[in-house]
Amino acid sequence: MIAYIIRRLIGAVLVMLAVATLVFFMIRLVPGDPIAAMLADSGSPEAREALIRRLGLDQPLLVQFWRWFTGVLQGDFGASLYGSNQPVADILMTALPKTLSLALLSFIIAIAIAVPAGIVSATRKNSAADVGVSLFAFLGLSMPDFWLAILLIIIFAANLQWLPAIGYAPMSEGFWEWLQHLILPAIAIGTGFSAIIARMIRSSMLEVLQADYMRTAASKGLTHRVMLLRHALPNAMIPVITVVGIAFALLISGAVVVENVFSIKGLGRVLIQGIQNRDYPVVQGAVLLVSAFFVLSNLIVDLLYVVIDPRIRYS
Amino acid sequence: MSDVTLDPAGHDTPAPQKRKSRFRQVFARDQKAQFGLTVLGLFIFGAIFAPIIAPYDPNEMTLNMMAGPSGENVLGTDDLGRDLFSRILHGTQISLFVGVATVSLALFFGVLLGVVAGYFGGWIDSVIMRYIDLQWAFPNFIIAVYLVAVFGTGLLNVIVAIALAFLDDFARVARSMVLSLKQEQFIDAARVQGFSHLRIMVRHILPNAMAPIIVLATVSVSYAILGEATLSFLGLGVSTDTPTWGLILADGRSFISRAWWLGVFPGLAIMLVVLSINFIGDALRDALDVRDTDV
Repeated sequence: MIAYIIRRLIGAVLVMLAVATLVFFMIRLVPGDPIAAMLADSGSPEAREALIRRLGLDQPLLVQFWRWFTGVLQGDFGASLYGSNQPVADILMTALPKTLSLALLSFIIAIAIAVPAGIVSATRKNSAADVGVSLFAFLGLSMPDFWLAILLIIIFAANLQWLPAIGYAPMSEGFWEWLQHLILPAIAIGTGFSAIIARMIRSSMLEVLQADYMRTAASKGLTHRVMLLRHALPNAMIPVITVVGIAFALLISGAVVVENVFSIKGLGRVLIQGIQNRDYPVVQGAVLLVSAFFVLSNLIVDLLYVVIDPRIRYS
Repeated sequence: MSDVTLDPAGHDTPAPQKRKSRFRQVFARDQKAQFGLTVLGLFIFGAIFAPIIAPYDPNEMTLNMMAGPSGENVLGTDDLGRDLFSRILHGTQISLFVGVATVSLALFFGVLLGVVAGYFGGWIDSVIMRYIDLQWAFPNFIIAVYLVAVFGTGLLNVIVAIALAFLDDFARVARSMVLSLKQEQFIDAARVQGFSHLRIMVRHILPNAMAPIIVLATVSVSYAILGEATLSFLGLGVSTDTPTWGLILADGRSFISRAWWLGVFPGLAIMLVVLSINFIGDALRDALDVRDTDV
């Protein structure tokens, strides 16, 4: 078990190293001259020289990589090429709480929809409710999250005027302020996510309901409710947890897109703006952080799996 | 399973005629699949005949700006007075083309990698799978965004970026199919007869591995269409002047409080196509008897 955890940890670190290397070298594969693009109008030879030296681009590629890489290890992602050359680490740290808040709320909404929906459709297989949940799942999977975001804005912001259409308010301005700004984007992201989980819970529950211990529970005379919530549900959730890890990709991708609809300056907005501005240090930093987020959540899911399911023993 | 026959090698394969009738059976019963085939058929028809059906030039600006849906402009006009229906119709061409082209690319190279890795095993397998596992650890969408960021926007780049992001899915499914097929006696038989590796892979393994790959490919077309729309919406798409669904939505976004149709109809088109393909994919899964866990 401990050996397994250590192996998974080393694996995660190796993946991050590989990603850092890929992210660094791929951007340098790009045909064209980023310096020319950056200087745009003030393209005097001196300015060009100065910029190249400041960015360390006169050094051999491997030296550049080593410098960048050791910097990253110390939390130094370089500085933005634009505006006041703000350090990338600062930009990312301002953006991170917004994306995390959004991801967390989306997750809660998704689970709140998916668990009851999955249970109802499994216990009343082929009923109208089951068909309804299945249709909802298909719609959730097929609906682009940014479109759902736009629909929500049209209904709740533009017409009913219940909620703000753009922006973000930190928790320090009050819970309601925070929630008000995040609820629409979180629904937009969480719906597709809930569709996947609801389907998973349904098929997993159907399997568990056939199990011998469920018959035993029934013959002991347990109530339907106790059987479902105490015996079936916990066992049905085990396979679901792995899928939650995989589906976490959707939450992150969703945040990247939906932040741009609601003008929330989270990681997604920073990433897309960085790409539009050809601000390479920002793009590198944002991609690395998103990747780390993802690798870490997968790692946690893998480890949780061992803790939750005592039948699994890794050697 | 009544319609399964045993072939001489002892491998379970539905006989071809039986398989065809199973298709008919599933699609005749499955209303969702019928809905999917009808709607997708309409969109394909619309894409092919867009220049004939479209009542207006999709890029022609008029003074009839932000007019609501009416007899003249079925779905209304945008902020530059362009006919929304004509624009969405032309967008269909790009969406469907990107979906099919992307999946063809990912299918060819992904299956190639997966089959080679699974068939030869050893160090070839380890090298290929190291890479596939690395890519597997990342959301497809983030990979596509980064590739477009690095190599730039445009039709070809978008197709290559999404295809690369899907590569690992196909490689994994193909490899796992090959690994289970490799144990079968008919593969040993082919080997004993002295057939080349290429012949065994193409003629003996691939045809038997196709069912889950077909299902994955179908579903992937819908994800590719969603991916293209999302990239276009973020301004990382095919181009800034061809009307694609994502771009039409992005352009209309600032006006949705006054012109709801600009925010509703392009997204509805995306959802209808993606939903149809998902319905068809689900029926195929049923007809080809592919387990959920395989794909």
